Amino acid sequence: MDRRSFLSLAALSGVGLGLGATLVGCSSDSSGSGSQASAYTPPAKSLKATISYAIWDVNQQPAMEKIIKGFNKIYPNVTVNIQLTPSAGGAYWTKMKTLASGKNLPDVLWMNGPNIQLFALNNQLMPIDSLVSAGQIKKSNYPSALVNLYTVDGRLYGTPKDFDTVGLYYNKDMLGQAGAAVPTSSWTWDDLKTNGKKVSDHFGKGVFGFAGDLTGGQTSWYNTMLQGGGYIISSNHKKSGYDLPGSIKGLQFWADIIAAGISPSMQQLTTTLANDWFTSGKLAMVMDGDWETAPYHQAFGDKLGVVQLPKGPKSNQSVIHGLGNVISATTKEPEAALAFVSYLGGKPPALLQADAGVVIPAFNGSQTVWANSIEGLDLQLFLDEAKVASPYPISKNTSAWNQMESDILPAAFAGQTPVATAAKKLAEQMNAELAKD
Amino acid sequence: MSASTAETSTVGTAGPGTAKASRPRRRGLRPDGPWPWIFVLPTVLGVAVFYLWPILKTFYLSFTTVGVFGGSTFTGLANYLTMFSDPQIPQSILNTAIYTVIVMLGIPIAVGLASLIERPGMRFRGLYRTLYFIPYVTMPAAVGIVWRLIFNGDFGPINWFLSLFGIAGPYWLATPGFALVAVSIVGLWMSLGFNLIIISAGLREIPADLYEAAQVDGASRFRQFRSITVPLLTPSIFFVSIITVVNGFQLFDLLYVMLGKSNLAMPQTQSLVYIFYNEAFLQNNQGYASAIGILILVIIAALTAVQFRLQRKWVNYV
Repeated sequence: MDRRSFLSLAALSGVGLGLGATLVGCSSDSSGSGSQASAYTPPAKSLKATISYAIWDVNQQPAMEKIIKGFNKIYPNVTVNIQLTPSAGGAYWTKMKTLASGKNLPDVLWMNGPNIQLFALNNQLMPIDSLVSAGQIKKSNYPSALVNLYTVDGRLYGTPKDFDTVGLYYNKDMLGQAGAAVPTSSWTWDDLKTNGKKVSDHFGKGVFGFAGDLTGGQTSWYNTMLQGGGYIISSNHKKSGYDLPGSIKGLQFWADIIAAGISPSMQQLTTTLANDWFTSGKLAMVMDGDWETAPYHQAFGDKLGVVQLPKGPKSNQSVIHGLGNVISATTKEPEAALAFVSYLGGKPPALLQADAGVVIPAFNGSQTVWANSIEGLDLQLFLDEAKVASPYPISKNTSAWNQMESDILPAAFAGQTPVATAAKKLAEQMNAELAKD
Repeated sequence: MSASTAETSTVGTAGPGTAKASRPRRRGLRPDGPWPWIFVLPTVLGVAVFYLWPILKTFYLSFTTVGVFGGSTFTGLANYLTMFSDPQIPQSILNTAIYTVIVMLGIPIAVGLASLIERPGMRFRGLYRTLYFIPYVTMPAAVGIVWRLIFNGDFGPINWFLSLFGIAGPYWLATPGFALVAVSIVGLWMSLGFNLIIISAGLREIPADLYEAAQVDGASRFRQFRSITVPLLTPSIFFVSIITVVNGFQLFDLLYVMLGKSNLAMPQTQSLVYIFYNEAFLQNNQGYASAIGILILVIIAALTAVQFRLQRKWVNYV
């Protein structure tokens, strides 16, 4: 190539490639949600409308389709179109934020804990208190922690769809070989440590007694912080609880079991996740969410057991998280959307979800089917835990302090910084962030 | 070039009486009306809509605080002031620079491999080119997952291999320093295919008679490589190094996939684009993220400009 054409080619590629990282923000001012008439009456059966329903889990799509069929028996002229966006890499939330900026949020969508306040407090969602006052949905039908999760500034924004709590899974074979006891629901942290240590000592290098996923709090330190007598965030979502003595006990728990060799190191747990250690038979006990029941059972069959979390200084509480069905503030079909969300909050959809066995439905009394879905494994513990569980910690900008957790805590778990110091630093940063909300 | 020669000759030979005859020729030289513009319009529009507009918009947003659901308030230089006092930024510039330098070591490797593959009489040339090119066209996310396993501290083949010699390998992806080296090695491996193709093309443009002449003069194979191949390859090498620097400063996906969340080594490994992603899409801080985006743009533009300056000293154009 001659010099001139070559240089312009190189320059063009430089420009083209160099700017891939720029960001386009769709801007539009957010306006207040149209306040709905407080009195709700179900629309006529002849209601004709088309609404969109955004979900992110392909495994749950068949159940969602069945639920829509059930809804169409009541409202045959309302078409519900499922919009599936996988959640991988945050794609679902990036898309929802962008759609909301353009006032194109799907009429009805799945919501989760970390995002509910962000959307509700920015006027992107329609409150559904009218459904409650009209008696269409009853708050007492769901675990109260879930109703709290979706109540923002005293207004309910969604019907709880499903929930997750955390249990202690164990491998009977490994515990037996190491001469360790099998966990029971009356275990304490000390029982867990003693028996975990037996397993680590018995098998030696590369095999461990107990661990949890320390890349996020839900199945690990959130629970032990509650059990230690602390909390992650105050119930008004304004103050960090990381510097409370009880919370620090809950964080110290993980640093201790790593230091004692009961758990793989922080480095080992970031490169091979706790659930992989357990599934590969190199970890005897793991703290994990109910969603792992099916995969773990597939790996170990009747060698698998699961019990409630062991008791810490204060309690054996688990954190509870669940999805909700919410309505866009800018929906053009509020009648159909309300009717659909009202239906989603009822018992028939809950039973269909229980039947599919993918998630635990939020509707009380519909979960027994799920609890008995695996023969020889009593899953009732997850339901019992839900009754006293603490809501998943959230605020208006949850992901901002989630990032701080990821930045600060690993060094504390690894023993590189004292837990109390890290906890205080995190509390300070988190409080500064919460002050912005 | 040929057109201007034609004109000179026309003017030279045309007498006053043949002015009319020259007119058709001259018309051929005039701009062709709107057609060229219509033909390049799709590209120009594409560049304008997908590159220029976002750059301008990002530039504007970098002076604002952006709401999660749109709406921005002008806050002047606040984002830039935050950026200059953010300790993550200098560390991540250093991380990104180290990554880029290591990936650039792939250029001499590509030159060596290309001259082996393009050797006269080489068999299965197409096969080798394809093999080296496959990593380049594979999704970085997929590549990242595979390498994450290869570098695994407990069960990875690299540490297994080291253990054969009694070496206890590190937790590559969770130890500061090692993590950046591991990511850089994968980056180098991925860029090799592209570099190889460009350099192979450059090799094939070198006239064979130069080598024949050198042979007649008794130059050794190595001497030929040093005095003919390398100097005549410099335009291709220059091109590849521009692209490598530009790509290097956009390190994101490999890092994201290979290191994962809550990684102890992240502060010593994270790139500028990684921080940009965190701020824009996780922390809902798009104004600040835009400022970081502008910083990335300025750094890449500066490095490219410097390279264009320096190339006068070492690049030979035929």
